[in-house]
Amino acid sequence: MSADAQPATKPAPAPNAPTLSFTERLIRTPGALPGLTFLAVLLIWEFGTRVFHVPTYVLPAPSRIATGFDAVDPSRWLQHVWATLRVALLGFGVAILISLPIAIGLAKSRFLSRALYPLLVVIQSVPVVAVAPIIIVVLGTDDAPRVVITFMISFFPLVVSMTTGLMATPPELIELSRSLRAPQSREISQIRLPYATPYIFSGLKISITLSVIGAVVAEFVAAEKGLGYFIQFSTSMFKLPQAWAGLVLLVALSLALFQSVGLIQRLFFPWSLPKERR
Amino acid sequence: MALAQNAIRFEGVGQTFLTDTGPLAALSEVDLAIGQHEFVAVLGPSGCGKSTLLRLTSGLLAPTAGKVSVFGVPVTQPRDDVGIVFQQATLLPWANVTDNVLFPARHMRGTVGPQDRARAAEIIETVGLEGSENRLPGELSGGMQQRVGIARALFLNPDILLMDEPFSALDALTRDAMGFELLNLWQASPKTVLFITHSIPEAVLLADRVVVMSARPGRVLEDHKVPLGRPRDEDSLRSPQMQDFMAHLRQLLIRKEAA
Repeated sequence: MSADAQPATKPAPAPNAPTLSFTERLIRTPGALPGLTFLAVLLIWEFGTRVFHVPTYVLPAPSRIATGFDAVDPSRWLQHVWATLRVALLGFGVAILISLPIAIGLAKSRFLSRALYPLLVVIQSVPVVAVAPIIIVVLGTDDAPRVVITFMISFFPLVVSMTTGLMATPPELIELSRSLRAPQSREISQIRLPYATPYIFSGLKISITLSVIGAVVAEFVAAEKGLGYFIQFSTSMFKLPQAWAGLVLLVALSLALFQSVGLIQRLFFPWSLPKERR
Repeated sequence: MALAQNAIRFEGVGQTFLTDTGPLAALSEVDLAIGQHEFVAVLGPSGCGKSTLLRLTSGLLAPTAGKVSVFGVPVTQPRDDVGIVFQQATLLPWANVTDNVLFPARHMRGTVGPQDRARAAEIIETVGLEGSENRLPGELSGGMQQRVGIARALFLNPDILLMDEPFSALDALTRDAMGFELLNLWQASPKTVLFITHSIPEAVLLADRVVVMSARPGRVLEDHKVPLGRPRDEDSLRSPQMQDFMAHLRQLLIRKEAA
């Protein structure tokens, strides 16, 4: 994609342009308003817990949570983060690899979509948290069950978004493809898959955060490291600030993964974004 | 009929679709012969099976009755010597102008060579898109997008060009300009054109012959040679004779639309 592909230039400000109000300027400065809101919440939280003497086990102040990070070595933290990240990414990867052929089958064949879709809905309706202990018993206590649990939580939105995307191709292009007598594989690779890209990315964004949830659920049930394990372990020892610190890292991990998916889309598939966000 | 072979010929063609509410007859007993390098416009009320004619000609659809032949050979499978231009340009939004024009080659063979690129450059110039080669469809106006659509259809140098209301999504001024450009293209490199439209002035201005179809199931109602020489311009439709001709077509369509 060419770099000089810029849409129409913005109009230059008129010499006597009306000045913007303070709130309007705040709204237009990227990151300013969300940052302020976040700061305000932290301040209210900090002073609220102090003024009303909220016990630490109910809700530790942000400053107490910050000390929770000291409870464990940075290298230990890193091990926990890495364990969770690994399971989340493995489960996410498996979900992508399995969803894609299923989605192609569902999109291309009415037979398959009639036959398979109800089954997928049933699988999706199974509360994975409840099945997790069973999966652990069946598959043992290494990575395999954790990856399977993560996959089960994260794959359904992928299948749905990929299938929707693959079917969103304009029928004219499919007719063009048929009139050129191109093989089916090329219809999928050159038309349907690229057309599905915006849909696939919205599915990936949902799915990547679900993967983190899946990894944590798996760690709750059986694990000896990972942030999910750490939070459960810390709460059982009544060490609430460090449990909260683990939670903060988990949120950060989830956000970072979500943003990475968005970054990959912006870098490699800029045309798949709505115009105003390119 | 022995002198010149017909480019496109419909003989007693009928097309019935199976829908959830039962069979639906789109076309019935259509007889139509289009000579080589003839420009034929098809007018008709909505849903009269005009687009079905195109899909039958391109081999995307097999008739449920009768026979469709192209250059004397019955159409049995999709043909790649037929270029199609759709109502919406339906370009690939991720591919620039050149890659969209190259699409037929890349899609048919998997790769493109230097010859294909030269051909693309040539056709891009023909449709007046030079300088926009690297732009994406989203950065082009509707008229320019449709030029890319036409360039894509012409890329394989088809003998037959099928156009399904190609200018109906454009504003009136662009629409007129595109019509004249199409005529120039057609005169520079003659092709058999089957042009579906809703617009009487457009049909009359562009075509050698105007075919009027009935409401569903579509049949050929009337088939007229356009009483107008070439070249044509904006003033060509001003004469009383042309006004009468268009009034006649309008009467025909209104009656059918109301029926």
